[in-house]
Amino acid sequence: MILSTRGLTKTYAGVAANTDVDFDLPQGQTRAIIGPNGAGKSTFVGMVCGRIPATRGTVTFDGADITTMAAHERIRAGMAYTFQITSVFPGLPVRENVALAARRWLGSNKRAVTSKTDEVLTRLAITDRADQLAGDLSYGHQRILEIGMGLAQDPRLFILDEPTQGLAEAEVEDFNQLIKSMDAETTILLIEHNMNVVMAVAEYITVLDQGMVLANGTPAEIRSNAAVQEAYLGTGHA
Amino acid sequence: MTDTAKSNALHFGLLAALAIGFFILPTYHSGNLARIMILAIYAMGYNVLFGYTGLLSLGHALFFSAGMYGLGLTMHLGGWSPAPAFLAALLASAIVATVIGFLVLRTTGVAFMIVTLMFAQAGYLTILYFGTYTRGDEGFALKQATRQLIGLDLTDPIVRYYTALILFATALLLLAYIIRSPFGRTLIAIRENEERARMLGYNVTAIKLKAVILSGIISGASGAAYALLFGYAGATFATVQYSILPLLWVLVGGAGTTTGAFIGVLFMTYLIDYASGQTNAYLIVVGVVLVAVTLFLPHGIMGTLRNKYAGWLP
Repeated sequence: MILSTRGLTKTYAGVAANTDVDFDLPQGQTRAIIGPNGAGKSTFVGMVCGRIPATRGTVTFDGADITTMAAHERIRAGMAYTFQITSVFPGLPVRENVALAARRWLGSNKRAVTSKTDEVLTRLAITDRADQLAGDLSYGHQRILEIGMGLAQDPRLFILDEPTQGLAEAEVEDFNQLIKSMDAETTILLIEHNMNVVMAVAEYITVLDQGMVLANGTPAEIRSNAAVQEAYLGTGHA
Repeated sequence: MTDTAKSNALHFGLLAALAIGFFILPTYHSGNLARIMILAIYAMGYNVLFGYTGLLSLGHALFFSAGMYGLGLTMHLGGWSPAPAFLAALLASAIVATVIGFLVLRTTGVAFMIVTLMFAQAGYLTILYFGTYTRGDEGFALKQATRQLIGLDLTDPIVRYYTALILFATALLLLAYIIRSPFGRTLIAIRENEERARMLGYNVTAIKLKAVILSGIISGASGAAYALLFGYAGATFATVQYSILPLLWVLVGGAGTTTGAFIGVLFMTYLIDYASGQTNAYLIVVGVVLVAVTLFLPHGIMGTLRNKYAGWLP
């Protein structure tokens, strides 16, 4: 298992956002977390990557207990994270955005940073925009750029919080291809509302409802799960 | 020309112009320029934290005066010669910046401004409290006989001017080097989006502490140089006015630009100089001009030049 949580719980002033979440993610899998609004999906990945301190429970990453690690230490341990609301360095050129991600682990080795940056820009087909300010990019391209910043870190676990939110249909299709191309390189943990994306890219799905794990299964199993249909798919999303 | 070559040309061009300035300019202006160069070092130190890291401090007079008294007291009371006294000043400002940085970085935004202001006031009161040694507001002069370095008389205008220039050049080139380095790029990243920088794996708190220390040492070097070259240390330099001034200089010159600090001090010095020659109410004139500058050049002089005409400006 690359990632495991046991009894992971978050309460805000007595209100439970997550209750005793036990979660196991095998190396190399592409996993989607789905669930209705307010199910605690973002809180859960927030506790995994360290942005949100857990009330109790443990997080294990690649065999090591990282429960008490700060967020930046977890990233250094091999996680990458993209925000639910796009978060890039708007005042810096696209190239520098990606280079900052590569430089953190490649250090002052300029050649390695440049080649990693070029590789990512080429892969995402945004080389022609490399000198533009990130803030001047379209929303869709900013999302792509943020994923590029994740890729530039060669993460062992890539966490994406609602990456297709606000993307146009064609952009979603490109995104699906990108995720599939990453499938062999890294483990992916995806929070996603768009069921077409989930069914297209996820190998396995965890359903959260009211802060608890409602079901785990393959896309086919989840689709036919009566409890899931009632809690989520039956409410008009499918 | 690459951007790096252009930026080198700008920096060395400015330094060359200053180097010949002494022989071209009337004595009055070359005297002004020596002071402007020293205060520009202070503004550059402030700019590291404000312009590049995005942290607005209202307490930098504490670092400036740590350097000023670090040199002043060791020379005045300890009888040290200028070189070791200058090192003592750097050490004093580094220690003060480390302790203060450790404490104030627990806050952000407005709280950060208030806490830095409070610490600087505490520093000012400390100087007054130890008035027996510091002579408080009245201050003390450094004797001409002690202001000698490798056989050169630092009170001699030409020696003073070129000493100021060497120190200014060191600070400017150091700043230019740092902002191009991976560390400097990280400071800018924190300014642009702190949470994103953290979630790329950067230890934001540690990096900000380094920025405070670096900023504090450069500001302290300026304070020490001021005391050494102009022969005076006094508690006025620890007042809130001297915390506000670098903010104004940097805002006017261009926050987050290497040369903006110098341009800001130059502009403000001559604005006050000219306005006070015209009217007793010169502060009104200065105020109106500052409002106009912030209205029409919100990124300062060099910042506006960069945005409109020369994106390569460092």
